[in-house]
Parts: sequence; structure tokens; C-alpha cells
Amino acid sequence: MSIVSTLLRRDLSQMFGGGRRGGAILPVLFFVAVAMLFPFAVGPDPVLLAKAGGGIVWVAALLAAILPLDRLLAPDLEQGFFDQFAVRGVAEEAIIAVRLVAHWLSFGPPLMLAALPAAALLGLHADTLRTVEWGLLAGTPGLAAIGLIIAALTVSLRAGAALAGLLLIPLAVPLLIFGAGALLAGGQSGLALTAAISLLLCAITPFAGGAAIRAARDG
Amino acid sequence: MEGCRLAVKDLACRRGDRVLFRGLSFELHAGEALQVVGLNGTGKSSLLRIVAGLLRPFAGTVDLQGSVGLLDERPALDEHLPLGRALALWGRIDGGGFIAWESASDRLGVTGVLDVPVKYLSTGQRKRAALIRLLSQQAAVWLLDEPLNGLDASMARDCERLVADHGRAGGIALIASHQPFEVPGLRSLAIAEFAP
Repeated sequence: MSIVSTLLRRDLSQMFGGGRRGGAILPVLFFVAVAMLFPFAVGPDPVLLAKAGGGIVWVAALLAAILPLDRLLAPDLEQGFFDQFAVRGVAEEAIIAVRLVAHWLSFGPPLMLAALPAAALLGLHADTLRTVEWGLLAGTPGLAAIGLIIAALTVSLRAGAALAGLLLIPLAVPLLIFGAGALLAGGQSGLALTAAISLLLCAITPFAGGAAIRAARDG
Repeated sequence: MEGCRLAVKDLACRRGDRVLFRGLSFELHAGEALQVVGLNGTGKSSLLRIVAGLLRPFAGTVDLQGSVGLLDERPALDEHLPLGRALALWGRIDGGGFIAWESASDRLGVTGVLDVPVKYLSTGQRKRAALIRLLSQQAAVWLLDEPLNGLDASMARDCERLVADHGRAGGIALIASHQPFEVPGLRSLAIAEFAP
């Protein structure tokens, strides 16, 4: 238990602090920037923006999920942290599970906060915003889990960062369909499906990630 | 460290489609040290990583009793943190706490740089920091991969003394190095003899 809390503290201080993973703030700024760009591109028609705005927030969230991928695991593998944990008998699965929690905490809640100014920029209605926020709460754990699995799979590849972005987009499509689909009339069950996909992804992430880290060490 | 033991039997290692060594056997008991010597690329590091359980052997078995401490070219310290805080992480994980690594850092002469971020440290200072991490871990079996790389002559003697002290305390040391390493009672194993 004490090792888990030590690891969690380290991960959180690196993600929120100015450390090398430092960048809880970067995806959030990126997210708001995408929401800000859209009205410039399609024009300031409030009806159109209010109609498309929920979907734009979702696309922005998905793109923001790509940003932190190359810093999630690669520095730790390069600097030998995983080897040192392994000789101490700490399972890779535990490290990945802790990192998933830390990654979501530094990604999900800040994004939900940033959705407020984004909604204002896009002129979303209050009930649309509420559905978007519930959708982000249900969907961001899934996005974080996909991101972590991909980061683990591409950790030993030289062009990992670019590949990670390409891999994340198709895998995140189900989350996008159900999460953004919840915004349509009668689409409320989409929220439950988004949450279900997220839970499934979070459950398999420690095992998939742990196996990927071990494979990277063998290669 | 009582009752630690390392027995390697008929070990073979394959990297890619090349067998680096085969039929390698040795046994180390409490207080013994063994230096693996050989040219670059002959499998010294791979042997250590197999013993540490980080690589799967192609054939053979490793029987290891006791906790393992690994020292290789990567210090496993957070680059952006001051050295003191980066080491404190391992202090918390290993349970040795503050005192163990503070006395060790006195001994290795890095007390002056404890508040310097790891990324500004020199190769030798990183190596010393990694030695402090190893000391405060208080593991029974030390696996040292090129421990003298980056250390100046006097630090190298200090490192040899640490290994000798470790042996006197009943620990095992397995050292992979192409440099001469002087520890009383150190055995030597030429890995080239086991090349296929």
C-alpha cells in the first residue's frame, strides 16, 4: 500500500508540477484553443455553433488526449525506473494502474473545467453543456486508458509519438460516437454506453500496459 | 543478507538470432563476489539482466535467494528534481528512509550537490548517486553493470571498497566490467569461454 501511495504521489507531482511530464495545463490550453478556432472558421452564426458545439467539444477533447502520450511512460523506461521497480518485485501492472489514475486526474477534471469557457466560446445551451460535462466524466477515463495502452505499446519505437496519435484516433471513435451521440434528442443512453466502454478500457489497461512494458524490455 | 545465494546453471542467452553464450554455470554464496569479464557485446550485461529477472534466459535456470540491487548505466533518478528529493523516492520505496541515504551520501561525497537538479549532474556524480541508491536499498545480491564507468580514480577505489564491505557483511556481488576491479577474494569469469 505504501508503495502504491508513493508511486501515486510521484506521478501526480510530475503531472501537475513543472516536471518532465509537466503538462496537465498543455492539453487543457490546446482544448480551449480548438474550441476557440472553430467559430473563426465557420463564422459567428450562433444557431450553427450551438448545434455543432457539443460535437466540437468532444473532438477537441479527443485531440487533447493525444498531447501527453509520448511523456506518459517513455522517460521512465529510458531512465531505468521500470527495471528498478521490477528487481524490487513491484509488478508492472501496479505501476500502470497507478499511472492510469494519475493520468486521468491530470486530464479528465481539468478538461471538464475547461469545457466551461469552451462552452461559452461556442455559445452552448445550459442543458447541452450539462450533457457534455456528464459525457466527459464518462468518457475521459476511457480516453486516458486508450492513451496509456498506446503509450505502453509504442514506448520502444523511435517514431512512437507520431504513431501514438494515429493509433488513438480510430480506437477512440466508439467513445466519440456514444459520448457525442448523447447530445442528440433521445440519445441519453449514449452516456451509459460511454461509461461502459470507459470501464472496460480501464479494466484491461493495467494488464495490456504491463505486458507491453515487459515486451519492450525483452526486445 | 544471511543465507543469500545465487546459482546459475547451464545458462544460455539469445539476442535476436545470435546466441551470445551457452552452458554458463556458477554458484555464489554469502560474502562472495564474481567479476564477469569480456569484450563489448559478449553478453555481460545480458547475463546480469537475466540474473535480475529482466530478461528471459534462452535455456538454463537461475536460482536466487535474497533481495536484488541493480546498478547499470541508468541512475533511475527524476531528472528535474534536486538530487536529494530524487533519492528520497527510493528511500521511501525501499523503506531505508532518509537516514540510510544521508549517511551513504556523506560517504560518497555528494552532500554538496543534494539540492542540484539531477539533469545538471555530471556522469560521475550520477553514478555516485546511483551507488547511494544501491547502498540504501540494503539488498543482499548486488548486480553491478560497469560500476566504474564515469568514476574518477579515487571514486573507483571507494566503489571497490563498498563492494568489499558488502562482501564482509555477507552480501553477494556480481560485477560485469571490462576494467580491472580489485576486491579481496574476487573471482573472475571470462564470458568468451562460453561463446558458442
